[in-house]
Amino acid sequence: MNYWHLQWVAYVTLVRKEVRRFMRIWVQTITPPAVNALLYMLIFGGLIGSRIREIDGFAYMDFLVPGIIMMGIITSSYGNVVSSFFGTKMQKYVEELLVSPVSNATILAGYITGGVARGATVGIVVSIVALLFTDLRPVYPLATIAIVLLTSIMFSLGGLINAVYAKTFDDCSIIPNFVLTPLTYLGGIFYSINMLPPLAQKVSLFNPVLYMINGFRYGILGVSDIPLWHSFAVILIFIAILGTIAMTLLNRGIGIKT
Amino acid sequence: MTALDIQNLVKIYQNDTYALRGIDLKVEQGDFFALLGPNGAGKSSAIGIVSSMVNKSSGSVYVFGHDLDTEVVAAKACIGLVPQEFNFNGFEPIMNTITNVAGYNGIPLREAKKRAEHYLKRLDLWDKRGAAGRELSGGMKRRLMIARALVHEPRMLILDEPTAGVDIEIRRSMWEYLTEINEQNGITVILTTHYLEEAEALCRNVAIIDKGQIIENGAVADLLSQAVLETFVLTLYNNIDTLPDIAPFTIRRRNEPNQIEVDVPKGESVTAMIDALNQKEFVVGSIRTKSNRLEEFFLRLVGQSDDQRQADGQEPDASVDNDGATR
Repeated sequence: MNYWHLQWVAYVTLVRKEVRRFMRIWVQTITPPAVNALLYMLIFGGLIGSRIREIDGFAYMDFLVPGIIMMGIITSSYGNVVSSFFGTKMQKYVEELLVSPVSNATILAGYITGGVARGATVGIVVSIVALLFTDLRPVYPLATIAIVLLTSIMFSLGGLINAVYAKTFDDCSIIPNFVLTPLTYLGGIFYSINMLPPLAQKVSLFNPVLYMINGFRYGILGVSDIPLWHSFAVILIFIAILGTIAMTLLNRGIGIKT
Repeated sequence: MTALDIQNLVKIYQNDTYALRGIDLKVEQGDFFALLGPNGAGKSSAIGIVSSMVNKSSGSVYVFGHDLDTEVVAAKACIGLVPQEFNFNGFEPIMNTITNVAGYNGIPLREAKKRAEHYLKRLDLWDKRGAAGRELSGGMKRRLMIARALVHEPRMLILDEPTAGVDIEIRRSMWEYLTEINEQNGITVILTTHYLEEAEALCRNVAIIDKGQIIENGAVADLLSQAVLETFVLTLYNNIDTLPDIAPFTIRRRNEPNQIEVDVPKGESVTAMIDALNQKEFVVGSIRTKSNRLEEFFLRLVGQSDDQRQADGQEPDASVDNDGATR
């Protein structure tokens, strides 16, 4: 059998399995980010936001929505791959992949696509929720889509690396709870970094999530705290680093082979 | 053609335990081969390396001539594995479990569904195709793993303790099926088992591994011919007050009344043993073998291996199976 045909069929199979998995448990995977987004928009955008002046020329609700959507995409992409790959490892059916002639690059691509698919699905659902509160018309649709896809890829890679090293379910939640959530909250979802003191502005520039949220906000509203190309550069650099680490781990069989 | 060629295979786990100490093994195409050994002998490590689930420390593995290091895809495409532990997604319908693995082997979904139907029907699981794997009984789970291993129609099927925990009826039907795919489809079958009667009944060739080394390798018939004695359990009609001397046969008393055990040395017949008892005025009511010959041979070999290692000053339990981290 042709090598590339085999890898393509294996990739499609993995993606189908991954999409089926998160759709089968949609109450756990799709609904919570939508409910969270609804609450954020109600409380911060509606109740508190109505008393806040415009930011960058936009009503607070309009400013808030891109960040809320991106938060859902980031946590869902990461969460999908970390839980799916860890489950595969713990229940030992990762052995189905190890025994089969599917390459590590295909395994990586399959899981990452699954993470992107869930991130995009959550992004769409949260966007639909946001339409209840604001008129969502992306100023730069291609930039918006590109930022969403690249951010999903980046966090899916992070989720896979986390899953490879995780030995317990607790290990899967440490990074999301203690790293991802603070970085996301401090990444400019709720505010513009121009509102911060100079030192805090400089520190914020070391937060990679800032570049994603601002890149996405630029795509939706046409305004950002940082240039768009900075966003793409940071995301691509992280994808290159995390992708290299993930491939190395799979090639060495760390966490999945004895 | 050689189906599996293992050369100087070594596996050392991170805690410096040797699971495999440079084993060499060849299995010919179409063979029905047993890899036997006590717990911790290195069977699972060897199978894990051949099926790419365990990293080897050194050595080479060739599957139908394909080097597992350099021709990974071609080598893996030849292998179907039925592992010892259940390793499928218990939440997935079993039809999906089979079609997923078919997909990982490059079989498109439409063809995968046809093959899944064939193997699920053949293994009496078709009625359960929509059930999640965790809902199946132990025997059904074993059969599911066999169906999954065969869906890409491999040239070699490796089974690690395939009938462990399976009732006798299902075990017999699995034996029949494995024999069928070996004889009719020409699939090379390699199995590890603790049931030595299973190896004796099914396999043409056998290797015995102990402490990470192959200590015997050959045709089952040849190995059995080396068995020095066979033990029978006899029920007598007489009361047994004193045990008669019927050399060269050795008699022992059993706990059950009127029962004795008699060792029949190689070269002596069972008829001669019964005649000798009759001459001592003991009447035999029934007779059965105490254990199969391969088991006797196996125990003798493994015992010798332990004795030899202790004589060489080596720790007898220095090997593990596969519970350490890789180095």
